[in-house]
Amino acid sequence: MASSGLELLLVSLPQLGRGAAQTLAISALGIVFSTLGGVAYGVLASLNRRGLNLVLRVYLELFRAIPVLVWLYLLFFGLPIFFALSIPSFWCAVLVLSLWGSSEVGEVVRGALRSLPLGQREAGLSIGLSAWQLYGYVLLPQALKRMTPPTINIYTRIIKTSSLAVLIGVVDVIKVGQQIIERTYESVLIYGVLFLFFFFICYPLSAASRALERRWTHA
Amino acid sequence: MSALIEFEGFNKFFGDQQVLKAVDLQVRRGEVVVILGPSGCGKSTLLRCLNGLESADGGHLRLGGEELLAPGTDWRQVRQRVGMVFQSYHLFGHMSVLDNLLLGPLKVQKRQRHEALAQAQALLARVGLLDKRDAYPRQLSGGQQQRIAIVRSLCMNPEVMLFDEVTAALDPEMVKEVLQVIQGLARDGMTLLIVTHEMAFARAVADRIVFMDAGRILEQNDPESFFSNPQTARAQQFLEKFSYMESLPKKMPAKELS
Repeated sequence: MASSGLELLLVSLPQLGRGAAQTLAISALGIVFSTLGGVAYGVLASLNRRGLNLVLRVYLELFRAIPVLVWLYLLFFGLPIFFALSIPSFWCAVLVLSLWGSSEVGEVVRGALRSLPLGQREAGLSIGLSAWQLYGYVLLPQALKRMTPPTINIYTRIIKTSSLAVLIGVVDVIKVGQQIIERTYESVLIYGVLFLFFFFICYPLSAASRALERRWTHA
Repeated sequence: MSALIEFEGFNKFFGDQQVLKAVDLQVRRGEVVVILGPSGCGKSTLLRCLNGLESADGGHLRLGGEELLAPGTDWRQVRQRVGMVFQSYHLFGHMSVLDNLLLGPLKVQKRQRHEALAQAQALLARVGLLDKRDAYPRQLSGGQQQRIAIVRSLCMNPEVMLFDEVTAALDPEMVKEVLQVIQGLARDGMTLLIVTHEMAFARAVADRIVFMDAGRILEQNDPESFFSNPQTARAQQFLEKFSYMESLPKKMPAKELS
Protein backbone atom coordinates (compact mmCIF):
# COMPACT_ATOMS: atom_id res chain seq x y z
CA MET A 1 0.00 0.00 0.00
CA ALA A 2 2.71 2.40 1.02
CA SER A 3 4.75 1.80 -2.07
CA SER A 4 1.72 1.66 -4.37
CA GLY A 5 0.42 4.88 -2.80
CA LEU A 6 3.70 6.58 -3.44
CA GLU A 7 3.74 5.18 -6.95
CA LEU A 8 0.24 6.46 -7.60
CA LEU A 9 1.23 9.85 -6.32
CA LEU A 10 4.26 10.03 -8.59
CA VAL A 11 2.26 8.90 -11.59
CA SER A 12 -0.54 11.34 -10.82
CA LEU A 13 1.72 14.26 -10.16
CA PRO A 14 1.80 15.73 -13.68
CA GLN A 15 -1.97 15.48 -13.91
CA LEU A 16 -2.47 16.99 -10.46
CA GLY A 17 0.05 19.65 -11.38
CA ARG A 18 -1.99 20.71 -14.40
CA GLY A 19 -5.10 20.93 -12.21
CA ALA A 20 -3.20 22.87 -9.59
CA ALA A 21 -2.02 25.26 -12.29
CA GLN A 22 -5.65 25.93 -13.24
CA THR A 23 -6.61 26.51 -9.60
CA LEU A 24 -3.67 28.82 -9.04
CA ALA A 25 -4.26 30.71 -12.28
CA ILE A 26 -7.93 31.33 -11.51
CA SER A 27 -7.10 32.33 -7.95
CA ALA A 28 -4.22 34.60 -8.92
CA LEU A 29 -6.23 36.40 -11.58
CA GLY A 30 -9.17 36.65 -9.19
CA ILE A 31 -6.92 38.16 -6.53
CA VAL A 32 -5.36 40.68 -8.90
CA PHE A 33 -8.68 41.84 -10.32
CA SER A 34 -10.35 41.83 -6.89
CA THR A 35 -7.60 44.09 -5.58
CA LEU A 36 -7.86 46.52 -8.48
CA GLY A 37 -11.65 46.44 -8.43
CA GLY A 38 -11.74 46.69 -4.65
CA VAL A 39 -9.51 49.76 -4.57
CA ALA A 40 -11.65 51.38 -7.27
CA TYR A 41 -14.81 50.49 -5.33
CA GLY A 42 -13.38 51.78 -2.04
CA VAL A 43 -12.20 55.07 -3.55
CA LEU A 44 -15.51 55.66 -5.33
CA ALA A 45 -17.44 54.83 -2.16
CA SER A 46 -15.31 57.23 -0.12
CA LEU A 47 -16.25 60.11 -2.43
CA ASN A 48 -19.69 60.07 -0.80
CA ARG A 49 -21.71 60.89 -3.90
CA ARG A 50 -25.30 59.89 -3.38
CA GLY A 51 -26.05 58.41 -6.81
CA LEU A 52 -22.73 56.60 -6.94
CA ASN A 53 -23.20 55.19 -3.45
CA LEU A 54 -26.56 53.76 -4.44
CA VAL A 55 -25.04 51.95 -7.43
CA LEU A 56 -22.21 50.56 -5.28
CA ARG A 57 -24.65 49.53 -2.59
CA VAL A 58 -26.76 47.55 -5.06
CA TYR A 59 -23.64 45.88 -6.43
CA LEU A 60 -22.45 44.99 -2.93
CA GLU A 61 -25.79 43.59 -1.82
CA LEU A 62 -26.13 41.51 -4.97
CA PHE A 63 -22.84 39.80 -4.24
CA ARG A 64 -23.55 39.47 -0.54
CA ALA A 65 -27.03 38.07 -0.96
CA ILE A 66 -26.48 35.71 -3.89
CA PRO A 67 -24.09 32.76 -3.46
CA VAL A 68 -21.01 32.70 -5.65
CA LEU A 69 -22.16 29.39 -7.07
CA VAL A 70 -25.40 30.94 -8.31
CA TRP A 71 -23.41 33.72 -9.98
CA LEU A 72 -21.26 31.11 -11.70
CA TYR A 73 -24.32 29.32 -13.07
CA LEU A 74 -26.02 32.59 -13.94
CA LEU A 75 -23.14 33.85 -16.04
CA PHE A 76 -21.98 30.54 -17.46
CA PHE A 77 -25.39 29.17 -18.44
CA GLY A 78 -27.42 32.37 -18.47
CA LEU A 79 -25.34 34.64 -20.68
CA PRO A 80 -25.45 32.29 -23.70
CA ILE A 81 -29.22 31.93 -23.34
CA PHE A 82 -30.15 35.54 -22.73
CA PHE A 83 -27.43 37.45 -24.54
CA ALA A 84 -26.02 34.87 -26.91
CA LEU A 85 -22.72 35.51 -25.21
CA SER A 86 -20.70 32.57 -24.03
CA ILE A 87 -17.60 32.82 -21.89
CA PRO A 88 -15.14 29.94 -21.51
CA SER A 89 -15.56 28.33 -18.10
CA PHE A 90 -12.08 29.40 -16.98
CA TRP A 91 -12.76 33.07 -17.64
CA CYS A 92 -16.24 32.83 -16.26
CA ALA A 93 -14.76 31.63 -12.97
CA VAL A 94 -12.21 34.45 -13.00
CA LEU A 95 -14.96 36.99 -13.72
CA VAL A 96 -17.25 35.83 -10.92
CA LEU A 97 -14.43 35.56 -8.40
CA SER A 98 -13.23 39.05 -9.36
CA LEU A 99 -16.67 40.62 -9.06
CA TRP A 100 -17.30 38.94 -5.74
CA GLY A 101 -13.78 39.65 -4.47
CA SER A 102 -14.00 43.29 -5.54
CA SER A 103 -17.09 43.81 -3.42
CA GLU A 104 -15.37 42.22 -0.43
CA VAL A 105 -12.06 44.04 -0.83
CA GLY A 106 -13.96 47.22 -1.71
CA GLU A 107 -15.75 47.31 1.61
CA VAL A 108 -12.44 46.87 3.41
CA VAL A 109 -10.83 49.70 1.41
CA ARG A 110 -13.82 51.94 1.99
CA GLY A 111 -13.68 51.30 5.73
CA ALA A 112 -9.94 51.92 5.87
CA LEU A 113 -10.27 55.20 3.97
CA ARG A 114 -13.13 56.29 6.17
CA SER A 115 -11.15 55.64 9.32
CA LEU A 116 -8.57 58.28 8.32
CA PRO A 117 -9.06 61.70 9.92
CA LEU A 118 -10.97 64.08 7.65
CA GLY A 119 -8.15 66.56 8.15
CA GLN A 120 -5.81 64.47 6.00
CA ARG A 121 -8.06 65.05 3.03
CA GLU A 122 -8.39 68.76 3.76
CA ALA A 123 -4.67 69.23 4.31
CA GLY A 124 -3.97 67.47 1.02
CA LEU A 125 -6.49 69.56 -0.87
CA SER A 126 -5.24 72.78 0.65
CA ILE A 127 -1.76 72.32 -0.82
CA GLY A 128 -3.42 71.95 -4.22
CA LEU A 129 -3.32 68.17 -4.71
CA SER A 130 -5.66 66.77 -7.34
CA ALA A 131 -8.06 64.00 -6.37
CA TRP A 132 -5.72 61.42 -7.92
CA GLN A 133 -2.72 62.80 -6.05
CA LEU A 134 -4.70 63.02 -2.83
CA TYR A 135 -5.57 59.33 -2.96
CA GLY A 136 -2.25 58.21 -4.41
CA TYR A 137 0.09 60.07 -2.09
CA VAL A 138 -1.90 60.74 1.06
CA LEU A 139 -5.00 58.63 1.64
CA LEU A 140 -4.34 55.18 0.16
CA PRO A 141 -0.81 54.83 1.59
CA GLN A 142 -2.19 55.55 5.05
CA ALA A 143 -5.16 53.24 4.54
CA LEU A 144 -2.82 50.45 3.39
CA LYS A 145 -1.92 49.36 6.92
CA ARG A 146 -5.51 49.04 7.96
CA MET A 147 -6.67 47.28 4.85
CA THR A 148 -3.86 44.79 4.22
CA PRO A 149 -4.56 42.17 6.94
CA PRO A 150 -8.28 41.79 6.17
CA THR A 151 -7.57 41.88 2.44
CA ILE A 152 -5.14 38.97 2.72
CA ASN A 153 -7.85 37.01 4.49
CA ILE A 154 -10.14 37.70 1.56
CA TYR A 155 -7.40 36.33 -0.72
CA THR A 156 -7.51 32.99 1.08
CA ARG A 157 -11.27 32.91 0.64
CA ILE A 158 -10.86 33.61 -3.07
CA ILE A 159 -8.42 30.70 -3.37
CA LYS A 160 -10.78 28.34 -1.56
CA THR A 161 -13.85 29.55 -3.42
CA SER A 162 -12.10 29.00 -6.75
CA SER A 163 -12.86 25.30 -6.26
CA LEU A 164 -16.49 26.02 -7.16
CA ALA A 165 -15.27 26.42 -10.73
CA VAL A 166 -15.45 22.62 -10.94
CA LEU A 167 -19.20 22.95 -11.22
CA ILE A 168 -19.03 24.82 -14.52
CA GLY A 169 -16.54 22.36 -15.94
CA VAL A 170 -13.14 23.80 -15.10
CA VAL A 171 -10.68 20.97 -14.58
CA ASP A 172 -8.96 22.31 -11.51
CA VAL A 173 -6.94 20.47 -8.91
CA ILE A 174 -10.04 19.09 -7.18
CA LYS A 175 -11.55 17.82 -10.42
CA VAL A 176 -8.30 16.10 -11.28
CA GLY A 177 -8.25 14.57 -7.83
CA GLN A 178 -11.77 13.22 -8.30
CA GLN A 179 -10.82 11.73 -11.66
CA ILE A 180 -7.90 9.93 -10.09
CA ILE A 181 -10.07 8.66 -7.26
CA GLU A 182 -12.65 7.36 -9.73
CA ARG A 183 -9.89 5.41 -11.40
CA THR A 184 -8.03 4.17 -8.33
CA TYR A 185 -10.38 4.51 -5.32
CA GLU A 186 -7.49 6.06 -3.36
CA SER A 187 -9.69 8.75 -1.91
CA VAL A 188 -7.88 9.17 1.41
CA LEU A 189 -4.54 9.65 -0.24
CA ILE A 190 -5.76 12.05 -2.93
CA TYR A 191 -7.91 14.15 -0.62
CA GLY A 192 -4.95 14.20 1.75
CA VAL A 193 -2.87 15.69 -1.04
CA LEU A 194 -5.59 18.25 -1.82
CA PHE A 195 -5.81 19.14 1.85
CA LEU A 196 -2.09 19.78 1.99
CA PHE A 197 -2.19 21.74 -1.27
CA PHE A 198 -4.78 24.24 -0.02
CA PHE A 199 -3.33 24.32 3.45
CA PHE A 200 0.16 25.22 2.29
CA ILE A 201 -1.14 28.00 0.07
CA CYS A 202 -3.66 29.51 2.47
CA TYR A 203 -1.94 29.04 5.81
CA PRO A 204 1.09 31.24 5.05
CA LEU A 205 -1.28 33.94 3.85
CA SER A 206 -3.39 33.99 6.97
CA ALA A 207 -0.25 33.75 9.12
CA ALA A 208 1.14 36.76 7.26
CA SER A 209 -2.11 38.61 7.78
CA ARG A 210 -2.01 37.97 11.51
CA ALA A 211 1.65 38.93 11.74
CA LEU A 212 1.06 42.21 9.89
CA GLU A 213 -1.91 43.00 12.05
CA ARG A 214 0.12 42.43 15.20
CA ARG A 215 3.06 44.46 13.97
CA TRP A 216 0.99 47.37 12.72
CA THR A 217 -1.38 47.68 15.63
CA HIS A 218 1.57 47.97 17.98
CA ALA A 219 3.53 50.37 15.77
CA MET B 1 -4.16 100.13 -2.73
CA SER B 2 -6.74 97.65 -4.01
CA ALA B 3 -7.76 94.69 -1.91
CA LEU B 4 -6.10 91.30 -2.28
CA ILE B 5 -9.13 89.55 -0.81
CA GLU B 6 -12.67 90.82 -1.10
CA PHE B 7 -15.77 89.25 0.35
CA GLU B 8 -18.86 91.05 -0.83
CA GLY B 9 -22.40 90.18 0.26
CA PHE B 10 -21.06 86.71 0.97
CA ASN B 11 -23.54 84.05 2.10
CA LYS B 12 -23.08 80.50 3.28
CA PHE B 13 -25.61 77.95 4.48
CA PHE B 14 -25.27 74.64 6.27
CA GLY B 15 -28.61 73.11 5.37
CA ASP B 16 -31.25 75.59 6.46
CA GLN B 17 -28.95 77.43 8.78
CA GLN B 18 -27.26 80.52 7.43
CA VAL B 19 -23.76 80.60 8.89
CA LEU B 20 -22.43 83.61 6.96
CA LYS B 21 -24.77 86.53 6.34
CA ALA B 22 -23.91 89.12 3.73
CA VAL B 23 -20.29 89.33 4.83
CA ASP B 24 -18.28 92.25 3.46
CA LEU B 25 -14.58 92.10 4.16
CA GLN B 26 -11.56 93.45 2.34
CA VAL B 27 -7.99 92.55 3.10
CA ARG B 28 -5.11 94.49 1.58
CA ARG B 29 -1.87 92.90 0.52
CA GLY B 30 0.47 92.72 3.51
CA GLU B 31 -2.27 93.28 6.04
CA VAL B 32 -2.71 91.14 9.15
CA VAL B 33 -6.36 90.67 9.97
CA VAL B 34 -7.45 88.81 13.08
CA ILE B 35 -11.00 87.53 13.22
CA LEU B 36 -12.48 87.24 16.69
CA GLY B 37 -15.85 86.05 17.86
CA PRO B 38 -17.63 83.39 19.90
CA SER B 39 -17.57 79.75 18.83
CA GLY B 40 -19.88 79.04 15.94
CA CYS B 41 -19.92 82.64 14.73
CA GLY B 42 -18.72 81.58 11.28
CA LYS B 43 -15.13 82.76 11.46
CA SER B 44 -13.59 79.39 10.61
CA THR B 45 -16.12 78.86 7.85
CA LEU B 46 -15.12 82.19 6.37
CA LEU B 47 -11.50 81.04 6.12
CA ARG B 48 -12.49 77.68 4.70
CA CYS B 49 -14.54 79.33 1.97
CA LEU B 50 -11.48 81.24 0.89
CA ASN B 51 -9.65 78.11 -0.19
CA GLY B 52 -12.65 76.19 -1.38
CA LEU B 53 -12.94 73.67 1.45
CA GLU B 54 -16.48 75.02 1.80
CA SER B 55 -18.54 76.20 -1.12
CA ALA B 56 -20.30 79.55 -1.08
CA ASP B 57 -24.02 80.13 -1.50
CA GLY B 58 -24.07 83.62 -2.93
CA GLY B 59 -22.27 86.92 -3.08
CA HIS B 60 -18.80 87.62 -4.34
CA LEU B 61 -15.35 86.50 -3.35
CA ARG B 62 -12.36 87.93 -5.17
CA LEU B 63 -8.68 87.11 -4.87
CA GLY B 64 -6.41 89.64 -6.55
CA GLY B 65 -9.45 90.99 -8.36
CA GLU B 66 -10.38 87.60 -9.77
CA GLU B 67 -13.86 86.27 -8.98
CA LEU B 68 -13.60 82.89 -7.25
CA LEU B 69 -17.28 82.07 -7.20
CA ALA B 70 -17.39 81.88 -11.01
CA PRO B 71 -18.08 78.36 -12.27
CA GLY B 72 -14.72 77.93 -14.00
CA THR B 73 -12.57 78.58 -10.92
CA ASP B 74 -9.58 76.25 -10.69
CA TRP B 75 -9.43 75.73 -6.93
CA ARG B 76 -6.19 73.80 -7.18
CA GLN B 77 -4.65 76.99 -8.54
CA VAL B 78 -6.28 79.14 -5.87
CA ARG B 79 -5.14 76.84 -3.06
CA GLN B 80 -1.53 77.27 -4.10
CA ARG B 81 -1.96 81.00 -3.57
CA VAL B 82 -3.85 80.62 -0.29
CA GLY B 83 -2.03 78.64 2.39
CA MET B 84 -4.04 77.13 5.20
CA VAL B 85 -2.97 75.93 8.63
CA PHE B 86 -5.39 73.90 10.74
CA GLN B 87 -6.02 73.51 14.43
CA SER B 88 -4.82 69.89 14.48
CA TYR B 89 -1.88 70.33 12.07
CA HIS B 90 -2.87 67.39 9.85
CA LEU B 91 0.65 66.49 8.81
CA PHE B 92 0.77 63.39 6.63
CA GLY B 93 1.64 60.71 9.17
CA HIS B 94 3.29 58.26 6.79
CA MET B 95 5.80 60.80 5.47
CA SER B 96 8.91 62.31 6.95
CA VAL B 97 8.97 66.02 7.64
CA LEU B 98 10.82 66.75 4.39
CA ASP B 99 8.41 64.64 2.35
CA ASN B 100 5.52 66.51 3.93
CA LEU B 101 7.11 69.78 2.88
CA LEU B 102 8.07 68.71 -0.63
CA LEU B 103 4.86 66.97 -1.70
CA GLY B 104 3.15 70.15 -2.86
CA PRO B 105 6.16 71.86 -4.47
CA LEU B 106 7.21 68.72 -6.38
CA LYS B 107 3.90 67.12 -7.30
CA VAL B 108 1.58 70.10 -7.59
CA GLN B 109 3.93 72.84 -8.70
CA LYS B 110 6.37 70.50 -10.51
CA ARG B 111 9.35 72.43 -9.25
CA GLN B 112 12.96 71.27 -9.33
CA ARG B 113 13.84 69.12 -6.35
CA HIS B 114 17.04 70.92 -5.40
CA GLU B 115 15.34 74.29 -5.47
CA ALA B 116 12.32 73.14 -3.43
CA LEU B 117 14.59 71.31 -1.02
CA ALA B 118 16.72 74.40 -0.46
CA GLN B 119 13.63 76.44 0.31
CA ALA B 120 12.19 73.78 2.63
CA GLN B 121 15.43 73.55 4.57
CA ALA B 122 15.77 77.30 4.83
CA LEU B 123 12.25 77.57 6.20
CA LEU B 124 12.81 74.68 8.59
CA ALA B 125 15.91 76.42 9.88
CA ARG B 126 13.90 79.56 10.33
CA VAL B 127 11.36 77.84 12.60
CA GLY B 128 14.21 76.10 14.41
CA LEU B 129 13.42 72.57 13.23
CA LEU B 130 16.06 71.80 10.62
CA ASP B 131 17.30 68.90 12.75
CA LYS B 132 13.83 67.30 12.52
CA ARG B 133 13.77 67.09 8.74
CA ASP B 134 13.92 63.28 8.69
CA ALA B 135 11.61 62.78 11.67
CA TYR B 136 8.06 61.51 11.36
CA PRO B 137 5.15 63.57 12.68
CA ARG B 138 4.38 61.14 15.53
CA GLN B 139 7.89 61.76 16.90
CA LEU B 140 7.25 65.50 17.24
CA SER B 141 5.46 67.56 19.84
CA GLY B 142 2.28 69.42 18.95
CA GLY B 143 4.11 72.72 18.74
CA GLN B 144 6.74 71.24 16.46
CA GLN B 145 4.11 69.65 14.25
CA GLN B 146 2.27 72.92 13.95
CA ARG B 147 5.44 74.80 12.97
CA ILE B 148 6.07 72.13 10.32
CA ALA B 149 2.49 72.53 9.09
CA ILE B 150 3.10 76.27 8.72
CA VAL B 151 6.28 75.59 6.76
CA ARG B 152 4.40 73.11 4.58
CA SER B 153 2.06 75.91 3.53
CA LEU B 154 4.87 78.40 3.11
CA CYS B 155 6.74 76.06 0.76
CA MET B 156 3.98 76.69 -1.78
CA ASN B 157 4.90 80.40 -1.83
CA PRO B 158 1.34 81.53 -1.12
CA GLU B 159 0.17 85.13 -1.33
CA VAL B 160 -1.89 84.84 1.83
CA MET B 161 -1.86 82.51 4.81
CA LEU B 162 -4.96 81.46 6.73
CA PHE B 163 -4.59 80.36 10.35
CA ASP B 164 -7.58 78.55 11.78
CA GLU B 165 -7.21 78.45 15.58
CA VAL B 166 -3.75 77.02 15.17
CA THR B 167 -2.85 77.13 18.87
CA ALA B 168 -6.16 75.85 20.23
CA ALA B 169 -4.95 72.23 20.43
CA LEU B 170 -1.56 73.05 21.93
CA ASP B 171 -0.23 72.95 25.46
CA PRO B 172 0.30 76.46 26.79
CA GLU B 173 4.08 75.98 26.66
CA MET B 174 3.97 75.34 22.94
CA VAL B 175 1.66 78.18 22.03
CA LYS B 176 4.49 80.67 22.18
CA GLU B 177 6.76 78.93 19.67
CA VAL B 178 3.94 78.84 17.13
CA LEU B 179 2.83 82.41 17.69
CA GLN B 180 6.42 83.62 17.28
CA VAL B 181 6.53 82.04 13.84
CA ILE B 182 3.30 83.78 12.85
CA GLN B 183 4.59 87.06 14.20
CA GLY B 184 7.71 86.65 12.10
CA LEU B 185 5.56 86.23 8.98
CA ALA B 186 3.61 89.36 9.89
CA ARG B 187 6.86 91.33 10.23
CA ASP B 188 7.93 90.11 6.79
CA GLY B 189 4.84 91.68 5.30
CA MET B 190 2.92 88.50 4.54
CA THR B 191 -0.84 88.82 4.21
CA LEU B 192 -2.40 86.92 7.11
CA LEU B 193 -5.95 86.03 8.08
CA ILE B 194 -5.99 84.67 11.59
CA VAL B 195 -8.77 83.12 13.61
CA THR B 196 -7.73 82.82 17.23
CA HIS B 197 -8.84 82.95 20.83
CA GLU B 198 -5.50 84.31 22.02
CA MET B 199 -6.54 87.89 22.76
CA ALA B 200 -3.12 89.19 23.71
CA PHE B 201 -1.68 87.75 20.53
CA ALA B 202 -4.47 89.25 18.44
CA ARG B 203 -3.72 92.62 19.96
CA ALA B 204 -0.01 92.29 19.32
CA VAL B 205 -0.06 91.01 15.76
CA ALA B 206 -3.16 92.47 14.12
CA ASP B 207 -3.37 95.50 11.88
CA ARG B 208 -7.11 95.17 12.14
CA ILE B 209 -9.55 93.20 14.26
CA VAL B 210 -12.73 91.87 12.71
CA PHE B 211 -15.38 90.89 15.22
CA MET B 212 -18.03 88.41 14.12
CA ASP B 213 -21.15 87.07 15.74
CA ALA B 214 -23.86 84.78 14.35
CA GLY B 215 -22.51 84.93 10.82
CA ARG B 216 -22.17 88.69 10.58
CA ILE B 217 -19.28 91.09 10.91
CA LEU B 218 -20.33 93.38 13.73
CA GLU B 219 -17.33 95.64 13.83
CA GLN B 220 -13.86 96.19 12.43
CA ASN B 221 -11.25 98.37 13.98
CA ASP B 222 -7.57 98.67 14.77
CA PRO B 223 -6.65 96.55 17.78
CA GLU B 224 -6.15 99.38 20.26
CA SER B 225 -9.55 100.87 19.54
CA PHE B 226 -11.24 97.49 19.50
CA PHE B 227 -9.86 96.26 22.78
CA SER B 228 -10.06 99.53 24.69
CA ASN B 229 -13.30 100.80 23.24
CA PRO B 230 -15.47 98.19 21.50
CA GLN B 231 -18.34 99.78 19.63
CA THR B 232 -20.97 97.08 19.95
CA ALA B 233 -22.55 95.64 23.07
CA ARG B 234 -21.88 92.12 21.79
CA ALA B 235 -18.15 92.79 21.45
CA GLN B 236 -18.04 94.35 24.92
CA GLN B 237 -19.76 91.30 26.33
CA PHE B 238 -17.32 89.03 24.45
CA LEU B 239 -14.26 90.88 25.73
CA GLU B 240 -15.59 90.97 29.27
CA LYS B 241 -15.45 87.18 29.36
CA PHE B 242 -11.75 87.34 28.72
CA SER B 243 -11.02 90.20 31.06
CA TYR B 244 -13.04 88.41 33.72
CA MET B 245 -10.40 85.71 33.76
CA GLU B 246 -7.61 88.22 34.15
CA SER B 247 -9.34 90.21 36.85
CA LEU B 248 -10.17 87.26 39.05
CA PRO B 249 -8.95 87.89 42.59
CA LYS B 250 -6.01 85.85 43.73
CA LYS B 251 -6.94 82.85 45.76
CA MET B 252 -6.76 83.51 49.48
CA PRO B 253 -4.41 81.31 51.49
CA ALA B 254 -6.55 78.31 52.31
CA LYS B 255 -7.60 77.93 55.86
CA GLU B 256 -6.24 74.86 57.50
CA LEU B 257 -8.65 72.00 56.99
CA SER B 258 -9.16 70.10 60.14
